[in-house]
Amino acid sequence: MASILAVDDSASMRQMVMFTLKGAGHQVIEAADGQEAFEKAQAMKVDLVLTDQNMPRMDGITLVKNLRALPAYGRTPILILTTESGDDMKAKGRAAGATGWLVKPFDPHKLIDVIGKVLG
Amino acid sequence: MGEISNAGLQGGFDLTQFHGVFFEEAGENLANMESLLLAIDVESADAEQLNAIFRAAHSIKGGAATFGFADVTELTHELETLLDRLRKAELKLRREMIDALLEAGDVLRAQLARHRGSASDSPDARDLIGRIRALAKGEVPAGGDGRRVLRVRVGPLADAAAADGLAELFRDIPALGTLEALDNGALSADGFREFRVTTASPDGELLELFSFHVAREQIAIEPYAEPAHTDTADGRADAPRSAPESDPGYGFFVDPQTLRAESAAPAAAAPAMQPQQSAPRRPAANKPAAAGSLDSTTLRVSVEKVDQLINLVGELVITQAMLTQRTRDLDPVQFQALLAGVADLERNTRHLQEAVLSIRMIPMAFVFNRFPRMLRDLAAKLGKEIELKTVGEATELDKGLVEKIVDPLTHLVRNSADHGIETPSQRLAAGKPAHGTITLSAAHEGGSIVIEVRDDGAGLKRDRILAKARERGLAVRDDMTNAEVWALIWEPGFSTAEQVSDVSGRGVGMDVVRKNIAALGGTVELDSAEGAGTRVTVRLPLTLAIMDGMSVGVGGETYIVPLASVVESFQLSEGMLLAVGGSGRVVKVRGDYLPVVSLAEFFGVPRDGSGPKDSILLIVEAEGSRVALLVDELLGQQQIVVKNLETNYRRVPGISGATILGDGRVALIADVAALVRRARH
Repeated sequence: MASILAVDDSASMRQMVMFTLKGAGHQVIEAADGQEAFEKAQAMKVDLVLTDQNMPRMDGITLVKNLRALPAYGRTPILILTTESGDDMKAKGRAAGATGWLVKPFDPHKLIDVIGKVLG
Repeated sequence: MGEISNAGLQGGFDLTQFHGVFFEEAGENLANMESLLLAIDVESADAEQLNAIFRAAHSIKGGAATFGFADVTELTHELETLLDRLRKAELKLRREMIDALLEAGDVLRAQLARHRGSASDSPDARDLIGRIRALAKGEVPAGGDGRRVLRVRVGPLADAAAADGLAELFRDIPALGTLEALDNGALSADGFREFRVTTASPDGELLELFSFHVAREQIAIEPYAEPAHTDTADGRADAPRSAPESDPGYGFFVDPQTLRAESAAPAAAAPAMQPQQSAPRRPAANKPAAAGSLDSTTLRVSVEKVDQLINLVGELVITQAMLTQRTRDLDPVQFQALLAGVADLERNTRHLQEAVLSIRMIPMAFVFNRFPRMLRDLAAKLGKEIELKTVGEATELDKGLVEKIVDPLTHLVRNSADHGIETPSQRLAAGKPAHGTITLSAAHEGGSIVIEVRDDGAGLKRDRILAKARERGLAVRDDMTNAEVWALIWEPGFSTAEQVSDVSGRGVGMDVVRKNIAALGGTVELDSAEGAGTRVTVRLPLTLAIMDGMSVGVGGETYIVPLASVVESFQLSEGMLLAVGGSGRVVKVRGDYLPVVSLAEFFGVPRDGSGPKDSILLIVEAEGSRVALLVDELLGQQQIVVKNLETNYRRVPGISGATILGDGRVALIADVAALVRRARH
């Protein structure tokens, strides 16, 4: 069991991610935007961060950059869940220090699969 | 719902359980998108506003794709493409784009309704998608209403002002469309002037009209195409974004295996996690929370649950009142602790009640928010320019009242737009600005909320109302006060509109408006000044569930008179009542003669021999009129929980509801408005 921070401004998306991950036996913490996620990540160290890209206040790429600046999150896996699968987004994600990416539409099996690969 | 095939049920994961949340969220996103679109300034669109609109479309697309709502996904994808170019400033925002985006919002709403099962079909979005695609490429497509955007070149001219007649033409004939100079009023080097024209009229008709001002052969009309802004306007935005089939839909920048190996050691050595105050915080991230971030601090609860809570608290209030009453005669010394406890209970119950009732209170913004869009569409239809101002959107009102006040307010706003505000040319002729203003305001005043609909239009025409009233056989005199004349507006079927329009119908309605507002326990007043405008004031109680009441005794029965309608009360003394006409009585109070209504007679309460009879006069006011109620005694003031009589029994004339008293007895609540009307007629 791992603790996972799920970040998305869409409540339905958060619920689906939470439902899927809890079903797989993980502990899930929710955040509605990058800013909230950044604050929660500092209050409690999580094992994995799964974040949306387009969000108010702080977007996913900025969240990745900010988290990577924290010693505790230097090597924590961070996945970007996004509808944008273009090379541009991938380059930005890589530059920010993300571990990987996962495209929407949301697919529970794929999510479990990818998280399994990351957490081993 | 055959479309929710693969995505709805994925192995053991039943995602259909999240449909409800998605629909609700999508509805909020659409509403949010609409209000942002209406608020945006076409000339200087704020990047953050465009970003917020983009996010709304993006969020809907994400959910729709997950659930397999293909039509919603397709349309939101087109929106996203257009909005993405706008937010990156690759395209300049234009009025047509806002129109298309608003229309897309309507179509999405219909599509979502179909997926939810509350509508059987949704409009064909093909034409709209084509238009949005064209807009995203920087083209100016034809509007859905047959309107085209044209480039009109006039010249060669000797003098730039020679073409000014064209602009006048469009000012004089609003239905023609709009004309916009592309040249700041100056001639080009080769002596031409250029305009952008949006119109539904055919070229021939335009030529005909323009040739009044400039020679026909000097006019060139061609479709308008937006000059490309950047090199990227090459349709790249049109390229498919979805991953190719072989793409697994995910990828890693770092090999997860090496990641695990690396992270094991440092993670163990890492110091205990502490809040990092030195962490990079950008000023932008501290901006006021944008829409959507409310999520984390609000909780969605069904109305039924809240109502159940309110009912339970209502019962608690009754129990508490009963305890207070039962313990009133106890010896304060002997039962000091008990009485202190009862006093605490009373205070806490009141606080609890206030807190619970406040859950149902929602800001008036929920009502006001629908009007910008409605007025925008109305103004376009009527060929008028209307600006909407709203004041006091944060004023809170009971949810039940909010839902019921929407229709009457919509009617009043439509009336103001249709009959109140004049056409731009009429307004300019009257020395007013071309655009009219409708102001919606809400404010708390004592235990009521006051909502105003004000326009700076033509105002009511006194002589026309009087003529119409005569025509309808109403008793009118030329020396009636303005207030009396305006009151005629509320008579059933009364309308002075010279033309029946499809906007506000045929003038049935003002009486319905008043009836609906009266049914909510509210009042409505109208004031107008010819040439200056009209103001309609609606007063409503803050909540239907609870009110302050004056309990009065009538022949052993207790009745409640809403405290808000009580003006004053005094002891009746010999000779105060004067008989008039047949059975009527009046009382002279501060120079005014008020009709007297005996509650005992009105409600047919039997009298026994004991106790005072008709000894108190209670002056009450409703709908701007006062009457004196004759009661036996005043029993006190208290907060009462209103129980609806209609749902529990049936409608009774003169009674607006019932409540349960501290001693467990039921008391009826007097319908003061009905009593006043009865006494006045």
